[in-house]
Amino acid sequence: MHLILFFVFAGFCVAGAINLLLQSHPISSALSLIVVMTSLAVLYLLLGAEFLAAAQVIVYAGAIMVLFTFVVMLLNAGREERTMGSRTARKVGFPAVVAILAVIATVILRAQGLGVAGLRDGITSTTDLSKVLFTELLLPFEVTSVLILIAILGAVALASHGDGNPHGNRDPYGNPERTAGK
Amino acid sequence: MSSFFSQEIPISWYLLLSAVLFSLGVAGFLIKRNLITVFMSIELMLNAVNLSFVTFAHQWHAVKGQIFVLFVMVVAAAEAAVGLAIIIAVFRARATLAVDRIDLMKL
Repeated sequence: MHLILFFVFAGFCVAGAINLLLQSHPISSALSLIVVMTSLAVLYLLLGAEFLAAAQVIVYAGAIMVLFTFVVMLLNAGREERTMGSRTARKVGFPAVVAILAVIATVILRAQGLGVAGLRDGITSTTDLSKVLFTELLLPFEVTSVLILIAILGAVALASHGDGNPHGNRDPYGNPERTAGK
Repeated sequence: MSSFFSQEIPISWYLLLSAVLFSLGVAGFLIKRNLITVFMSIELMLNAVNLSFVTFAHQWHAVKGQIFVLFVMVVAAAEAAVGLAIIIAVFRARATLAVDRIDLMKL
């Protein structure tokens, strides 16, 4: 059962990622990325990370991808023209990708002492997770809340009328009176 | 047949899957010509790294690996918000999303 679930959802992951590359319309790419993320949530469950599986579905497949599809629809992003990248990307990039994959795969396959993953012993409950998170790692947790706040402020400043540009109104859609960053 | 159903999966398969997803993310970063899709490839790479974090957390029975994934998710959410705001600002200034035509740092 374990093995079948792994193969099915690992297949979904890889197929979704390849489909993301092949689709030319951004909304199709976004949908395949959702497939990848939801399948990864199942793999997290197989690895005993139940809280992370839920967070993966809610945060990644839910919140972040809704943001992506929202922006795709807001900007009315159409079909991309396929130029297959620059010459540098083709000559250097793709061999580099293959090299990265080869190196990582070699290291993994040669590594000693990697065990097997079964659900018998390795389930991390949300209680265990939160005990560490809210005692030992309380300060980093609070710092991330500050990070989120700064990110919200930055997003609002960037996407608002002024574009965060104090020198005036180069924004074609903005209101000229209101473009001074306020 | 029952031994087949109770079979466990080598950790290295998860790591290989993670490596494959990461490489596909890098390839997408190079191939895709749409700014939003390039950004999606970055998210794919983040997810691949998260998978190897969870795998190693399972391997060593370490809770902190999973907490690190939680922090990566938080940072990814913040990054997506800021990045998409930047994309909207770029689209306003340039009226295009093709990365070939966005080749100046200046808005």
